[in-house]
Amino acid sequence: MNVDGIREMLQNGKSVEELVHSIFDKIEHSKLNAFVTLAKESALEEARRVDKHGAKGMLGGIPIGIKDSISTKGIQTTCCSKILEGYVPPYDAHVIERLKAEGAIIIGKTNMDEFAMGTSTETSRFGPARNPWDLSRVPGGSSGGSAAAVAGGEVPLALGSDTGGSVRCPASFCGVVGLKPTYGLVSRYGLIAYANSLEQIGPFAGNVKDVALLLDVISGYDSRDSTSMTKKCEYLKELKDDVSDVKIGVPKEFFGEGIDEKVEKAVWGGIKALEDMGASYTEISLPHTKYSLAVYYIIAMSEASSNLARFDGLRYGLRLGKDKDWHTTFSEIKAQGFGEEVKRRILLGTYALSAGYYGKYYLKALKVRTLIKRDFEFALKDTNVLITPTMPFPAFKIGEKIGEPLALYLADVNTVPINLAGVPSVSVPCGFAGKLPIGMQIIGRHFDEATILRTAYVFERNGGG
Amino acid sequence: MITKKTVDHLGWLARIKLTEEEKEKFPDQLNSILDYFEKLDEVEADVSPTHHVLGLTNVFRDDVAGQSISQEDALGNAPRKERGYFKGPRII
Amino acid sequence: MKEVIIGLEVHVQLNKLRSKLFCSCSTQYHDSEPDTHTCPVCLGLPGALPVTNGKAVDNAIKVALALNCNIEEWTMFYRKNYYYPDLVKGFQISQYDYPIATNGSISLDMEGGERIIRIKRVHMEEDPGKLVHVGTIDKSRYSLIDYNRSGMALLEVVTEPDLRTPKEARLFLNKLKNILEYLDVFDSSLEGSLRVDANISLAGGARAEIKNISSYKGVEKALLFEIVRQNNLVRRGVKVVQETRHFDEVRGITISLRTKEGEEDYRYFPEPDLVPITIADRVDDIKKTLPELPDAKRQRFVLQYGISDNHAKVLISELGLANFFETVATEVDANLSATWVADILKGELNYRDLDISAFSPNHMVQILQVLKKDTITENGAVQVIRTILDEGGTPSEIVKIKSKDLLKMDVDASENITLRVIEENPGAFQDFCKGKNEAMHFLMGQVMKETHGTVNRSTVIELLNKSKKEKLQNAPDNHREA
Ligand SMILES: [Mg+2]
Ligand SMILES: [Zn+2]
Repeated sequence: MNVDGIREMLQNGKSVEELVHSIFDKIEHSKLNAFVTLAKESALEEARRVDKHGAKGMLGGIPIGIKDSISTKGIQTTCCSKILEGYVPPYDAHVIERLKAEGAIIIGKTNMDEFAMGTSTETSRFGPARNPWDLSRVPGGSSGGSAAAVAGGEVPLALGSDTGGSVRCPASFCGVVGLKPTYGLVSRYGLIAYANSLEQIGPFAGNVKDVALLLDVISGYDSRDSTSMTKKCEYLKELKDDVSDVKIGVPKEFFGEGIDEKVEKAVWGGIKALEDMGASYTEISLPHTKYSLAVYYIIAMSEASSNLARFDGLRYGLRLGKDKDWHTTFSEIKAQGFGEEVKRRILLGTYALSAGYYGKYYLKALKVRTLIKRDFEFALKDTNVLITPTMPFPAFKIGEKIGEPLALYLADVNTVPINLAGVPSVSVPCGFAGKLPIGMQIIGRHFDEATILRTAYVFERNGGG
Repeated sequence: MITKKTVDHLGWLARIKLTEEEKEKFPDQLNSILDYFEKLDEVEADVSPTHHVLGLTNVFRDDVAGQSISQEDALGNAPRKERGYFKGPRII
Repeated sequence: MKEVIIGLEVHVQLNKLRSKLFCSCSTQYHDSEPDTHTCPVCLGLPGALPVTNGKAVDNAIKVALALNCNIEEWTMFYRKNYYYPDLVKGFQISQYDYPIATNGSISLDMEGGERIIRIKRVHMEEDPGKLVHVGTIDKSRYSLIDYNRSGMALLEVVTEPDLRTPKEARLFLNKLKNILEYLDVFDSSLEGSLRVDANISLAGGARAEIKNISSYKGVEKALLFEIVRQNNLVRRGVKVVQETRHFDEVRGITISLRTKEGEEDYRYFPEPDLVPITIADRVDDIKKTLPELPDAKRQRFVLQYGISDNHAKVLISELGLANFFETVATEVDANLSATWVADILKGELNYRDLDISAFSPNHMVQILQVLKKDTITENGAVQVIRTILDEGGTPSEIVKIKSKDLLKMDVDASENITLRVIEENPGAFQDFCKGKNEAMHFLMGQVMKETHGTVNRSTVIELLNKSKKEKLQNAPDNHREA
């Protein structure tokens, strides 16, 4: 299922209403658990409107799934946490306004790790989402529902959010294309924050063209986000079948210990294929990569511990039986409303920011972040893209790693440095390990999404798996 | 080193009432993660911290009053309310 | 008696702004229903983001300059993490390291001379919502919260512990309010516009922090109460403990807010949703827009208009009053203006709980002009002011309508009437000439009746005496009065 295919169906006489009905039918019979809330009424209403007045806008009549961390006016938005049970935002996120303005049809909210804290979509209060390639395996996370929905043919497009790999990891595990934009390219207004200084909303689709199209729709300046920037180009227009100017850097640290052999081989195959198509490559080094995970988790947990303080059940969300004094009331709501992984991260973040430890953890992490960012800037002076495996291994089994928090954190080794540097990165399918997809990560300069998308596009057309 | 007592205090700071079981389990888990963070002690980082990856400064809004949401929308998600107010627990 | 040490943390709302600090909700909520001036940002809804009101920063710089502070090169916002039901995000966006300004001062004019109160820092932060306790804070079964105030721009002015008496604290607040109103960033008449946390200790003892006192009078009352409370403890040999206390405005007492679970740790860190602000480059432009401040105005009034320092001090205590005076003083004699504005008009306004905007400077000019021409008495002028304040109207209308009461009879008219009264009452005049007091009272009464009491008694006595003298001179037996 892709955008061109749907347009063709609609041109050949299928109504949008029929299409949307068939999508809901498919989702309701699906085993993927990709969607957690369906917006049937509003989707069908919008579908009938398009049928009546014709498809308008860049995404007229095209269905899309939205990660449950993105605020949708009138549609329950919970970050798949019990603490936000029943919360219906009275406003749309910037990206949702953009989608509606371009005629997209919002099908519903997709499954995710609670508050985006995970790599497997197992910590959702709605139960784990499943990988369409193997139902016993995770779809990756935290935007696992979005990736599974696209890979499973339930919707052609989906939005996720990527704090340390949460778009690229599930894109890789599910064999779809997923992009983490440059920090500041897509407004975060309406994205429920996990780690503000790291995250971006990003598009998922079955192919590079559709990702570029969706990025065109959601990117650009928004005055409600102080970190928002003006975009420089239209991404779909920049896609062309030419990589002769592309200089690839291959950072050796990303092929290190713990990387599955099949993954390493597949990605090297991808690099060689791009070379065959006219690109050049050199091996480079990003020397501070080994500190990325520690830096990432300190920053993310610290920011999260503060972001998640607002869920006190007073203005929205979970409220328990009878109120006691205010701090007992709040403490019990948080105890009941947050899952274990969320609690762990809040406690660690609280610790890292507390008196006497701020300098050792948070401030130190921000300083090492400067070094990591410089590594990327230096490496991307002589190259214009970097290529690495997205994930060190293919999708693992549901339940396989959930008992060991630290082991699960280590799976993010290749994705978190990108968020620390704020650069853009796209994961494209790049062969299989058995029947499980492998993802190749293409990283670019700040705001140079055009080049990484073009590289991915050429790879997909000429050699991608 | 995070002890059971530290976890207890962190729970107070974060206003999360932890169960006995959690207080037993968390110290080891948190310590193993903190051990991993110790890695950063080996880096000389005599640089300024990166708060914002883009280095933006001076982003402002004009002082113009815009539309607020209605009282109904404001209270729409409130589990408890009374006469246009949010209803909260007692203070003392 | 032990020395008292007081430091204040004063939160003033920058309520002359049109919109809140981080969202575009209107600041004009004071006469509105609860929770009608909110949005996703100031309600702390998940996903909403703050964007700084540029004018709030400029106003803060203005204040910092007026308080003689060092303006920092750049500034940034932090998150102060703590919980309270009025705080929507579980943290307050405030400042920590790199506040907008440090090391300022305010000078107080005390009986014993000038006192300099040092200001440690000035920083910006957002206001929480407003808690309404059902009953009193310690008895209330639940709380109600109105978030209209949530996100209003606050300026926190922190003093060094330089204040020594509750009265000094009150004078400090008055002076601060005065300066803020001169800068046109603050309207003190709005409810909740100023809230004070006061730290108070007796020399050598632990300090109590009294939170959230919401009126000028309240600060003085709370501090007086604390001094008594702490002194009583010391006298009984009980140690004063360091704690946070709440001022109960109604009962006039402070109560302990101690929580057993231990100290808060605010875990400040830079607000990742906002970017740093460079301010040094804005200071010169803002300096140019600074108005003349109270102290400078007071000096100028004395020099330029030759009025007394006491009058100048009263006149500059409100910007409106100072401006009023200057308008009047350019038309009429400055000293006369100062007396009438600072002493008389101000008194009449205070009595009615009105401010200077209730009276037109043009009216004051007209009244003083009529007074100078000597066509109304001082008393009459006061009557005109009172009539305008109580019933409205213009000075000329009131003078016309009440002319019989207000106009001084000219001497000719008084003379004519007095002579007529003498002519009509020869017997009484005879008695008067013989020195009978009752006769004088009778004649005076008659004149007053004819003139509706608008003539001066002394003028009438003068005229009666003149007539008596003439009569005696013309008399055949020219005898002298003893
Ligand atoms: Mg404060
Ligand atoms: Zn607002």
